[in-house]
Amino acid sequence: MSLAHNIFNTSLGRKYLMALTGAGLFGFVVMHMLGNLTIFAGPAAINEYAAKLHSLGPLLWVARIGLLVMAAIHIWAAVKLSSENKKARQVRYEGAVEPVDVHRKNQIVSRYASRTMIYSGLIIAAFAFYHLAHFTWKVPQINGVVADFEEFYVHEEDAGENQVAFETPLPEGKGEEGKNAVDVYRMVKTGFGVWWVSVFYVVAVGLLCVHLSHGLSAMFQSLGFKTKSTEKLINRFACTASWLLFIGYVSVPLAVLFGFVK
Amino acid sequence: MSGKAMNLTLRIWRQDDAEDSGRFETHEAIDVSPDMSFLEMLDVVNEGIIADGNEPIAFDSDCREGICGTCSMVINGVPHGGQQGTTACQLHMRQFSDSDTITIEPWRATAFPVQRDLIVDRSSFDRIQQAGGFISVRTGSVPDANATPVPKEDSDLAMDAAQCIGCGACVAACKNASAMLFVAAKVSHLSLVPQGQPERERRALSMVQQMDDEGFGNCTVTGSCEAVCPKEISLDFITRMNREYGRAILKKSCS
Repeated sequence: MSLAHNIFNTSLGRKYLMALTGAGLFGFVVMHMLGNLTIFAGPAAINEYAAKLHSLGPLLWVARIGLLVMAAIHIWAAVKLSSENKKARQVRYEGAVEPVDVHRKNQIVSRYASRTMIYSGLIIAAFAFYHLAHFTWKVPQINGVVADFEEFYVHEEDAGENQVAFETPLPEGKGEEGKNAVDVYRMVKTGFGVWWVSVFYVVAVGLLCVHLSHGLSAMFQSLGFKTKSTEKLINRFACTASWLLFIGYVSVPLAVLFGFVK
Repeated sequence: MSGKAMNLTLRIWRQDDAEDSGRFETHEAIDVSPDMSFLEMLDVVNEGIIADGNEPIAFDSDCREGICGTCSMVINGVPHGGQQGTTACQLHMRQFSDSDTITIEPWRATAFPVQRDLIVDRSSFDRIQQAGGFISVRTGSVPDANATPVPKEDSDLAMDAAQCIGCGACVAACKNASAMLFVAAKVSHLSLVPQGQPERERRALSMVQQMDDEGFGNCTVTGSCEAVCPKEISLDFITRMNREYGRAILKKSCS
């Protein structure tokens, strides 16, 4: 019985994988939100932040591949685990509609979030794909506006002061991928100006936070750290972190829609 | 001190053998004393069925004092009937009211195939136990006091885990038909005492492996197992098993 077998081919091993990749993806989600919030410091701040990220070069690709691998393992383990769960009970009880909740007399532990992880997760994955197509690959057909984000580069008046990695400010005309700094600020403003893009975004972020409200607490259980004495603290952490993320993420499209981002 | 006799309607799962598709059958339980246990009530109903020349309802029972873990039935959707820390044999009819309709089903899990009526085959639990839930060598008779010091906290915890009677209610209650609470109790129990140390890692690895091979589901921490457990085994033991397993794979791969 090798280490790989014990991790990838057993129930508990896959739960570890879920917890560890989940923790990694949570880390990304937190950093991403902090990056997003730079938009409130003005166009120069977020454009500089984006230029710095892009200037990381190979490191950026290490991070991207790492995220992709984590997401792939997380989804693979989730699908595998839930298909095993379905197989483990093929005949349902007649006596009670939702036995899980009925059993619990004092408190209902099985919350809505815990029973819908696979669905919220798959919707989030679908959204993440759309979000990449929208802002990273900049597919013009799905952004809901006439403009092509591919043409959004920083011009002199929006440029920050310390843009080291890229040739900015751009005097005029078109920029070049990897050479000139991308005008993320204008892209976000234009992108979220479309109401249905913002609505989809808010719904997906809401689901992400529902997903995390259970996931952030369950990961401690799977890794063997959650007990009756630490349960309250862990649950409070999961709840607080989820709400903070929700507020942080949703503030950007709302600010755009209500005209706070000029 | 006996209360008023009750009349009940029972909806009971009947299944001729493992291959039969099964169906619900309705039986009337007349003049049920509130002091009867649930199984005694079924005995009385069975006498009526036999008198009518039909096949009695098959159900598992043995000690009828709540310690053997043989009785196994889901009563109104709840394994063992829903009285805290109680097996079906210790459940009394005073928990029900006159003219109630009671639905009685066998444990439902792929790893517990129904053999007949309310009887399921729980040898998957035996195989998990045989995979490592024991100590291979004789540890001798009762040692002198304090010859082998065991911290009080550890012995208390080990005893809490050892209470598990392997009835399978945790599997029956879990939405994923997961056996984690049972396996957690068995893995934790011996890992907490000195006699269990030499085989600690092997035990965790092979019992978890056997649990997976039997086709039980996975834990999603709903807590329904803990709620129905007649021995009130705590969900914390699943956390402990997760830790034991992690410790085992790290130790095994580093040695």
